[in-house]
Amino acid sequence: MPSTPTTAAEAPPSRVKRGDIRGRQGLAGWLFITPVVLILGLFLVVPVIMAAWVSLSDWTGRGSPFSASVSFVGFENYSGILGGEGLIGRDFGTAIRNNLYYVLLVVPLQTALALFLAVMVNRQILKGRGFFRTAFYFPSVTSSVAITVLWLFLFSATGVINKVLSFFAIEGPNWFQDPRGVLHILFGLVGVDQAPAGLRAPGFLGISGWDWLAGPSVAMSAFVLMAIFTTSGTFMLLFIAALQNISGEVQEAAMVDGATGWQRFWAVTLPMLRPTLFTVLTLGLIGTWQVFDQIYTGTQGGPAKTTLTPAYLSFNAAFVDQQWGVGAAIAFVLFAIIVVLTLLQRWALRERDVPRRRRMVPAGVSAGSSAAAIPGTAAPADEEGEQRR
Amino acid sequence: MSTATAPAPPAAASRRRPPTDGRRRAARGAWIAYLVLIALALIYIFPFLVQVATSFKSEPEAAQNPLGLVPQNWTVAAYDTLFANSDFPLWGMNSFIVTVFVTLGRVFFNSLAGYALARIPFRGRALVFALLVAVMAVPGVVLLIPKFLVINQLGIYDSYTGMILPLLADAAGVFIMKNFFESIPASVEEQARIDGAGTFRTFWSVVLPMARPAVMTIVILSFQGSWNELNHFIISTQSPELTTLTKGVAQLASGALSQGTQYPLKLAAAALMTVPVAIVFFVFQKRIMNASAGAVKE
Repeated sequence: MPSTPTTAAEAPPSRVKRGDIRGRQGLAGWLFITPVVLILGLFLVVPVIMAAWVSLSDWTGRGSPFSASVSFVGFENYSGILGGEGLIGRDFGTAIRNNLYYVLLVVPLQTALALFLAVMVNRQILKGRGFFRTAFYFPSVTSSVAITVLWLFLFSATGVINKVLSFFAIEGPNWFQDPRGVLHILFGLVGVDQAPAGLRAPGFLGISGWDWLAGPSVAMSAFVLMAIFTTSGTFMLLFIAALQNISGEVQEAAMVDGATGWQRFWAVTLPMLRPTLFTVLTLGLIGTWQVFDQIYTGTQGGPAKTTLTPAYLSFNAAFVDQQWGVGAAIAFVLFAIIVVLTLLQRWALRERDVPRRRRMVPAGVSAGSSAAAIPGTAAPADEEGEQRR
Repeated sequence: MSTATAPAPPAAASRRRPPTDGRRRAARGAWIAYLVLIALALIYIFPFLVQVATSFKSEPEAAQNPLGLVPQNWTVAAYDTLFANSDFPLWGMNSFIVTVFVTLGRVFFNSLAGYALARIPFRGRALVFALLVAVMAVPGVVLLIPKFLVINQLGIYDSYTGMILPLLADAAGVFIMKNFFESIPASVEEQARIDGAGTFRTFWSVVLPMARPAVMTIVILSFQGSWNELNHFIISTQSPELTTLTKGVAQLASGALSQGTQYPLKLAAAALMTVPVAIVFFVFQKRIMNASAGAVKE
């Protein structure tokens, strides 16, 4: 009994002191983090909320969007763009079609090229690796504006590309002025140059079946090439980092088993690159739905709206046509598209491989060793994420 | 050759002479790999060489001989026009001002926040962390209109404040700093704290100097990011005095102040605006390539 009061008497001050330190630390923690929270909150979170309101209103850009003269119009802006009626509906449909072909071409091609470059550059016997890495990565550090200006010249009627094509007796198109869809051109080669009767009526998003089948326009194809040119270097670096994490032992084991280089790539390297492949595909998908800089700098949506993208249309509707509600609504639809597609892709690529990888390498060992090799890389994080699910 | 008899001899042959055969094949493979890589590297480098060469050509020559890497008649007319008869120097200055402030701000604020998340236990840390992750997932282009709305509402539209303030912090940078601080042993700070240093002092004079590699990463990424930034400046400014290089050259490209194609002029402008990032790239090559691999992978 006598001992308890002393401990009790001793305990409170120490508890107070500890609480005091924690309190002071808590204050310091909040002071440290406040600037970032304020800036990101003010310019990322608040804007999204404000834009959500604007997308439901008929604000025309005059005065505050919260003033009394602005009225709530419900989902009118959304039904306007998604209904496929009127100019904005058809423009939105066209923009989605253009961007869809862009994504379908750029994502697989840039991923394949980046992987190819990484495997080539990562060869042990290669001399001058640094030079090749630099050459392939350099386009990624230049600004999209500068690259677009360069591209406009390369692909102009009298530009470098057409000059090179003329060596092969090919008369190149006037790239950025050419609105013909690539698939339409191909159909034309087999004699189909008019819309068949069944494909003429306006369909999904107000675009006729024939127009959905147009493919990317010649102008858009030039942008596709540009995207592959500028992003393959970045993704190459991701693949190289991942390749260097694959231990030589696994490769040697496969070699002893008599696997050829090609077999080793498909059966050993590629499965082990899966987390990185996943990251690259996701980043590619997110990036390619946000085409804006190139269009703003280069074509402003032309020729014949075939390089119009949802991001540029959203900007144009708001800042040029002063239809702010419509512009904000397009931005939210674009956001939804990106989120849904990313989730879909996660779901599609999720299954199959997790158990196999667990069987091959004990999970703890693989996560631990790769984390030790490069602190803070995504590979362990991705694995954790997949296992948690 | 029938398929029935074929298998035996090659198997025997390969057993007898694997070293020479394998080595010869490896050597041939290496040559092919080199040829492919060199061809690809040429494709990647050539456009930039053409760009610089064309900027020293006259307009007719640029159209007539787009491939030539050596101009037949050297001329600096394009650069003359840019510096004497256009707003190009002003754009460059604006880009420079914004880049300096954004880079300094990001280094300071990102490392403060990264340190708090890595080392200081405070209530709500998990929540802040979750919010940062969520914020990173919002695609930038979607924020064009929303950001304008807030900037306009705050009355900082068309000012340096509106150009700089929203860029002063980025979630990715916070994560880079946080990861680095977590790799520094905690004993270092405990020593400083025992010596009676407060949290900020410990951070500022003990931990931050140790974080130089991570700080350099932030400097490089912020420099590149803000120098190349376009769409934030499109939505936060309208007056010509506040035009940055990206915005100015984009307007130049779409024909704002030109007649005819003016490719030498446009390419000269694009080449000049690439020079600072190119210098930083070549000086910090190794770190940049590691950093961008790390940063994207966060």
